[in-house]
Amino acid sequence: MRIAICVKEVPDPTAVKRIDDSTHRLVRAGENTLNPYDRHAIEAAVQIKEGPAPDTEITVVTVAPASAGRSVDRALAQGGDRSVHVADDAAAGSDLLGTARILAAALKRESFDLILLGQQAADSECYVMAGLVAELLELPCVTQAASIELADGAVTIKRQVETGYDTVKATLPCVVSVSDAINEPRYPPLPAIMGAKRKPHEVVSLAELGIDAATVGTAGAATVVGGLSKPEGRGDTIVIEDDGTAAAQLLAFLVEKKLVA
Amino acid sequence: MIGIAVLCEVQSGTVTRGSLGVLEEAARLGAALGEPVTAIVCGSAIDDAAMAALGGFGAAKVRVADDALLASGIAQPVVDACASAQDDGGYRYWLAVASIMTADAMAGLAARLGAGLVIDAVELHAEGGSLVTRRSGLGDSVLAHCGFTTPVGVVVTRANAFAATEGNGGSAPVERFTPSFRAWSQAVTLVGHEDAVETGPDISAADVLVAGGRGLGDASGFGTIEELAAAFGGAVAATRAVVDAGWYPYSAQVGQTGKTVTPKLYIACGISGAIQHKVGMQGSGTIVAINKDKNAPIFDYADFGIVGDLHTIVPKLTELVKQRG
Ligand SMILES: Cc1cc2nc3c(=O)[nH]c(=O)nc-3n(C[C@H](O)[C@H](O)[C@H](O)COP(=O)(O)OP(=O)(O)OC[C@H]3O[C@@H](n4cnc5c(N)ncnc54)[C@H](O)[C@@H]3O)c2cc1C
Ligand SMILES: Nc1ncnc2c1ncn2[C@@H]1O[C@H](COP(=O)(O)O)[C@@H](O)[C@H]1O
Repeated sequence: MRIAICVKEVPDPTAVKRIDDSTHRLVRAGENTLNPYDRHAIEAAVQIKEGPAPDTEITVVTVAPASAGRSVDRALAQGGDRSVHVADDAAAGSDLLGTARILAAALKRESFDLILLGQQAADSECYVMAGLVAELLELPCVTQAASIELADGAVTIKRQVETGYDTVKATLPCVVSVSDAINEPRYPPLPAIMGAKRKPHEVVSLAELGIDAATVGTAGAATVVGGLSKPEGRGDTIVIEDDGTAAAQLLAFLVEKKLVA
Repeated sequence: MIGIAVLCEVQSGTVTRGSLGVLEEAARLGAALGEPVTAIVCGSAIDDAAMAALGGFGAAKVRVADDALLASGIAQPVVDACASAQDDGGYRYWLAVASIMTADAMAGLAARLGAGLVIDAVELHAEGGSLVTRRSGLGDSVLAHCGFTTPVGVVVTRANAFAATEGNGGSAPVERFTPSFRAWSQAVTLVGHEDAVETGPDISAADVLVAGGRGLGDASGFGTIEELAAAFGGAVAATRAVVDAGWYPYSAQVGQTGKTVTPKLYIACGISGAIQHKVGMQGSGTIVAINKDKNAPIFDYADFGIVGDLHTIVPKLTELVKQRG
């Protein structure tokens, strides 16, 4: 079985994020890290390999600047066997459609049985990449999987919808995004972290994927940001660090607000 | 390209309130742009007479695709239906309110059409004869004014961004169209469904909600949350992460896929504050957050935040509230 996992590098969620006033793009200069939601997709693949399909090869696929190597290694440490990293200056500024086109081209070069994604990206807070990529690859798609069972060339997936829980079955190959409750990702042991660098890394350009640079990146963007504004905030926030008196301080606040008698 | 198509989702036989809200917003946008609005309804055993009522929410025309493949809540057959509607409709914009199905359907449609896609739009403006959305970003700290370079633009609006009125009682002509389904769109089948069962008190009616997230550690963590809720005479709410993990019943879930609540007091314990959770509770009167990570997004929209361990703070608070009660 061949599993691909799409992973994204995102700004460290603990760092303050900011959008550049002139380019209207996220400033990616600070510390970056592997999208935390993607760790659940890697763990899901590792569990398939440890369980029903031991001969599985797990390929980590990313579209990111060349500097994203560390995040790729983190994904490999968690259980990937090899990586495909599309790094090309012309890919910078890709919007959702542009990123999907690049990912689809990278995935199409090989034949994967299962393509896994995270539920959403922590930076863009979207959750549509699976739907985009599946359509470009003309493959079935199931998003927000809360569990995945693999049997007889098909996956059976439980997922939450507005009216309850659906169980759906999809034939392989297919594209699946996983919910952050599907598993508890393990932290890789030190040898796995050390070994990640030595796993096969492939860095490819847009030209190698046969992508016309005019259809992706800033040049090919289907959406443009023409300006930025500030939304209305909620007003004042009091944030305190607990020094043992936090519960009492909160109670006083609630009493003042007449929320407690 | 002419007109605005609004994908109106049918759940349990009726068009969702969120879809009606977007339809009305589309009508305002359409009036400003001079673009007529068409409601697109996909489902099975659709009652055309009932759909005519979408005219009262701004649709100039209603187009219905009725097929068993469209009844299962699976997105890809809906992509096919929308693409078929686009073939003869030639719409300039496609809109839908975010749901599990519509977000995937609009993503698939954008990919099929090579159209620009905007997610999480909170405002729709007519600027220079075109649609320019306001797309919320970075934990709602910035609004990006996002438009399209492609002939067709596809927009998924944030849940609850556009509240529906009761309509003006008008009606619109309804016509049927026949989608052509692709092979890969039929490769996902619905094999089971568990309806959400209402258990416990109705969280939408409670004045005080104490909500628990993954920070509780495990299902047993809800014990302390229930005690705090009881001390307030309130009810318990939950995030999707803990519902999906089986720690708490679905009927307590707050957020985009769950319920929208507006209690006087919402106490979020061990909840990071993802946008999909926020949209279901940001209308609460007072929001309190207890989280050990000072960078958790929930602090951006809490009125009172405590950085600390909920396992020590929540029991203390329960005692203090009980003492006053
Ligand atoms: C299409 C879609 C629909 C969705 N619909 C919904 C929805 O309806 N409702 C919903 O809630 N989510 C929904 N989500 C999921 C949402 O994006 C988040 O994944 C989810 O809300 C996270 O839940 P959480 O806050 O419990 O978990 P986490 O994000 O894991 O946060 C846990 C928090 O607990 C804190 N913590 C840990 N230990 C402690 C401690 N001892 N004391 C104090 N704090 C602690 C951590 O710092 C962390 O901030 C949806 C997602 C998608 C993509
Ligand atoms: N640049 C990227 N490279 C690889 N995978 C990505 C990229 N962007 C998004 N993804 C995948 O798509 C998922 C959802 O992202 P999004 O819909 O963009 O929020 C992520 O969890 C990743 O699995």
